[in-house]
Amino acid sequence: MFSRDAWKEIFETIQKNKLRTFLSGFTVAIGIFIFVVLYGFGNGLTNTFAKFFGDDATNVFFIFPGRTSVPYSGYKANRQIEFDNEDLADIEKNFAMFVDYITPRISRSGLVKYKNESNNYGNMGVAPSHQYSEKTIMMKGRYINNQDVKDKTKYAVIGRLVERDLFKDEDGLGKYIDIGGSSFKVIGVFQDDGGDNEERKIYIPYTTRQLIEKNTDKIDQMVLGFKPQIGYSGAMSLESSLEKYLKSKKFINPNDENGIFIRNIADQLKQNQQLASVLQIIVSFVAFGTIIAGIIGISNIMVFVVKERTKELGIRKALGATPKSVISTILLESIFITTISGFIGMLLGTVLLNSMGDTLEDYFITDPYIDTGIAVFATILLIICGALAGYVPARKAAKIKPIVALRDE
Amino acid sequence: MIEIKDLHKSYKMGNNSLHVLKGINFNVKEGELVAIMGSSGSGKSTLLNILGMLDVLDEGSYTLDGVPIVDLNETKAAKYRNKFLGFIFQSFNLINYKSAAENVALPLYYQGVGRKERQEKALKYLEQVGLKQWAGHLPSELSGGQKQRVAIARALAAEPKVLMADEPTGALDSKTSYEVMDLIQKINDAGNTILIVTHEPDIADMCKRIVHLKDGVIVEDKIVDQVRASQYV
Repeated sequence: MFSRDAWKEIFETIQKNKLRTFLSGFTVAIGIFIFVVLYGFGNGLTNTFAKFFGDDATNVFFIFPGRTSVPYSGYKANRQIEFDNEDLADIEKNFAMFVDYITPRISRSGLVKYKNESNNYGNMGVAPSHQYSEKTIMMKGRYINNQDVKDKTKYAVIGRLVERDLFKDEDGLGKYIDIGGSSFKVIGVFQDDGGDNEERKIYIPYTTRQLIEKNTDKIDQMVLGFKPQIGYSGAMSLESSLEKYLKSKKFINPNDENGIFIRNIADQLKQNQQLASVLQIIVSFVAFGTIIAGIIGISNIMVFVVKERTKELGIRKALGATPKSVISTILLESIFITTISGFIGMLLGTVLLNSMGDTLEDYFITDPYIDTGIAVFATILLIICGALAGYVPARKAAKIKPIVALRDE
Repeated sequence: MIEIKDLHKSYKMGNNSLHVLKGINFNVKEGELVAIMGSSGSGKSTLLNILGMLDVLDEGSYTLDGVPIVDLNETKAAKYRNKFLGFIFQSFNLINYKSAAENVALPLYYQGVGRKERQEKALKYLEQVGLKQWAGHLPSELSGGQKQRVAIARALAAEPKVLMADEPTGALDSKTSYEVMDLIQKINDAGNTILIVTHEPDIADMCKRIVHLKDGVIVEDKIVDQVRASQYV
């Protein structure tokens, strides 16, 4: 079956029936190619989602104050809720078991000047642990530390692009910049994977911001990092008990949806990942549809090939070909063609995916790729199905009496 | 060489059964050149197909070169065909994408003969039918007579015990027919046993023995004086 002669015979047949070879090979190659590319795009989509939400820590709650919508325990509706330093301390104390860190955020925006250069930037009063929640990476200098918070120092940590805008080629470290009329010393420059906007920010100690604003103790919002060990369900229950705690502390009706908002990144991330995986499933579905179309295509061609060769097979049988050799001739030929063209399609698809890289980022496809295992599996599946599809008519052809096959049409 | 006893064969056509061969007794000795004649529907092709193991018999016995041909499955039939028989068809039945030499070499391939030997033998038999210089041509580049000679070379290549020809001249004009018959006579002169199915009396007259079939039985079986085809060529 696998003798050199048998293969020679097969090669000759392939060579002398170019159209047939091309048709079946093309069907398989295009099927695998489309499968690989589509599947890779699905992965690229997932990558994009991961990238969108990957630059911030995921074990984080954002807690925003809102306005109450129903009256409660003597308070009118439409009351603005505010957080202050005491809330920070209370949460840290009461939820010590779960809380990794907690940091306030006081966001302002205004003109920032250095010598003749000036621009509008957002600045944010934060605590040192804010660095973890934003995954801020220090390029030089240092971040705000506890001593800064305690001493209410006029120190600022600026983004990479702020330094580039204001200082051009100069080193900003140690220089003084003007933020909304107050002079701040630059103690650090950071970068952030979240994009350009993230790198056009300035961080200052939140106590300094409070001092500037008439020594208030109000804070805008809180960012709470919980211990990752508590897991997804722990985070969900922490979220609800935190909400309950803050609502009772601020005298908000427990059923009031608007008093306090907690944005749970873990929950959001999970939803986004679910969306991404649903997309992946849809894309995989389409991709496997392509494979099935390919299988049907190759099956059709095999049926056609056997039909077309019925007379030839009859001649071969009259000359002494056994049914086994008839079947093996057809099958080896089809397996040979599908294997070669299947792997060509797979290689082309993989090469295309690899060469694309980030070029389709605008269409939410980043670094598309396909696991070699899946690509090889799909190829082998197609080969096996092609062989099976060829086997049935081949066996039928092998059973036809030569006299029937040779009958003149 | 061939012994047939009480051979019956019928075909099922829907509910009706068509009794084609109704008890044939027939022997062929080595070296004979036998013409099987009869009008269409007389069962002559059916007889040849059974002799050629292209079809199976319903009743009776068939012995070929001392080997009883019974319980034929496809694999066994293929082996016997390959070993014992060479076929020549009315429509030549060459494989159209193979060259003349490759067509001739094909039965040798199924005999398991090595590639080099196959090529040598193919050329030898092509030479015997006078087509050595056409060895590399495809069937589509050959005339009808040439095609039939390639088919004869192919039938000879397997060195069979018996050559079976089904209307070998049916698709050829009379001049070419005589050329082919001349070749067949020469092959017979070399000692090969040959059976020819034909309905043309002049072709039958070029054989050594004529068997007449009518309605599934042998009505006449006579030895004739052979007319040499070479005088017409």
